[in-house]
Amino acid sequence: MREPRRLALKAFCVLVAVLLVAPTLVVIPMAFTSSRTFRFPPPGLSTRWFGELFADPAWMDSFVLSLKVGGVVVLLATSLGTMAAFALVRGTGWWRAPLNGFLLAPMIVPGVITAIAIYYVFLQWHLSSTFLGFVLAHTVVALPFVVLTVGTSLQGVDRRLERASTSLGAGPAATFLHVTLPLIAPGMVTGALFAFLISFDEAIISLFLSGPFNRTLPVQLYQSVSTTLTPTIAAASTLIITLSSAILLLSAVIASRRRTKHV
Amino acid sequence: MSEPMLGAAIELLDLQKRYGDVTALANVSLDMPAGEFVTLLGPSGSGKTTTLNAIAGFLQPDSGRILVDGSPIEAVPPHKRNIGMVFQSYALFPHMTVQANVAYPLKRRKMPKHELQRRVAESLELVGLDGMQQRYPRELSGGQQQRVALARALVFRPRVLLMDEPLGALDRRLRASLQLEFKRIHRELGITFVYVTHDQDEALVMSDRIAVFNNGSIEQVGTASELYERPTTLFVAEFLGDSNVLPGVIADGPAGRRLLGQGYELALPEAAALATGSRGVMTVRPERVTVVPDTPTAPRRCGNTLAGRVKQVIYMGGIRRLEIDVAGFTMLAQEQAGTGAAVAAGDPVLAVWDADRSVVLPDEQGEATAGAVTGSLEEV
Repeated sequence: MREPRRLALKAFCVLVAVLLVAPTLVVIPMAFTSSRTFRFPPPGLSTRWFGELFADPAWMDSFVLSLKVGGVVVLLATSLGTMAAFALVRGTGWWRAPLNGFLLAPMIVPGVITAIAIYYVFLQWHLSSTFLGFVLAHTVVALPFVVLTVGTSLQGVDRRLERASTSLGAGPAATFLHVTLPLIAPGMVTGALFAFLISFDEAIISLFLSGPFNRTLPVQLYQSVSTTLTPTIAAASTLIITLSSAILLLSAVIASRRRTKHV
Repeated sequence: MSEPMLGAAIELLDLQKRYGDVTALANVSLDMPAGEFVTLLGPSGSGKTTTLNAIAGFLQPDSGRILVDGSPIEAVPPHKRNIGMVFQSYALFPHMTVQANVAYPLKRRKMPKHELQRRVAESLELVGLDGMQQRYPRELSGGQQQRVALARALVFRPRVLLMDEPLGALDRRLRASLQLEFKRIHRELGITFVYVTHDQDEALVMSDRIAVFNNGSIEQVGTASELYERPTTLFVAEFLGDSNVLPGVIADGPAGRRLLGQGYELALPEAAALATGSRGVMTVRPERVTVVPDTPTAPRRCGNTLAGRVKQVIYMGGIRRLEIDVAGFTMLAQEQAGTGAAVAAGDPVLAVWDADRSVVLPDEQGEATAGAVTGSLEEV
């Protein structure tokens, strides 16, 4: 009775996994095709589309822009998010619940709505299609992830450790640097990785903010698909998938190491 | 340690602390002479930990003064007080090795490396944890972790060490061995120890002086034997060890002053200072009560005598306890096993004690009820 049920459950899980992942993975063999068109299965293998991808300044500019924006977003979102997490976890007062809701809102409000709002405001502030504009917009959507991961870490920090540190002669700054910060570091790194991922993958707001010259990688991808359909797109997609998966894997490794390291 | 460290005297003057409607410290004044082992003993919520935290600087009293060697420290932030502290939860830094944990206070004081190494080794040796330097706290047992915490709290040579129920999380046998260890270290270092516990056994074993806390104030301060033999309040008499409690009213009679209770009339000890007509409670320790068979031929005994019936005889190794039913309440007597008269459950007996071996305390509210009270000694 139990055995067939478990088998059915396994089969169902595999089915769901295939449905979720397969369309994404189809892109990878297509990126290595020798053909000029999207044909599946590919008639032969070659790396020529990666060559074209890296040689095309339009692709490379957007790739570099995405990396740069992501890098600055990581710094901004991680520092701001950590400070916000401190206020939320350590603060006392009625304002904590509303502040928490406000900070997490970008995760809940539909992306298009956020995009339209940001687009409208940034047009007036002349931030549209600028580096700063991308950074600010992506920071807004990346912030909730940092607040969540750092907040969770911070809740796990035993405040008696900070008391002990104080009694041992460390002032508030030294206590933060030597005790609190190392204990929340795994949460901060996870938050930072997520922030990068959010920024790197962000398409909707970037689409609104992109001009003819300043495009992030997902926007460049979208524009290319709507004009020409070459396997370069598959190569670019493969690049994004690889980078994103690597970052997710990294954060999973950090999380599991953290579980085994601290009791 | 090579150089002797000397303790600092601590003086608490009228400490008060309120949280909303709750009074944490009503009016705490306490003298802790330099180099003494002082225990703050009391039930949970009695203010002992609040007092400790005020000395450490983790909370500001609403009013009152804290003097260390005569100088006030209320305005000194906790990290500049130079007072060591050991916590019940050990509070070791999980991301640091034993070495790094113990070196932490020295690093904050910017001590040169060779000196630091020497001091850390010395401190770990003092607590008997040589060779564990590279371990992480999670790799140590509870007792070892508390030793590391102790080494860490002593390595910067504070003149006062505060301990907040440091043995609370350990099992009974480990507690006993660490109690002796604490006592040894106290003797070796000569610094002032302020120890918080709710366990009277612990207090009796280690302390030079015990302050009994109740409801945010100190009931009595004294040595273990002073508190046990001459309690000044009913709370202290009931909290420390076991007592037979006999309430009544002080009255003058033909045979001198007596305590009149429900169903008994007792002679007062010479030292009883209560006014005639006031309410009082006589407390008698079980080991002061002698039990004799109640036979018509038995010689009259001097001292206070209550007639009753043996309810139960309990052997506890070297001692024997008798529960005696006396006119509606129970009295406890304790004898060395093998001594005293052979009595069994159901026998009519007399419980006899010398009035001068009992203590009479005021009982203004008339709250006390007659019977045996077992102190917190029994909890394991």
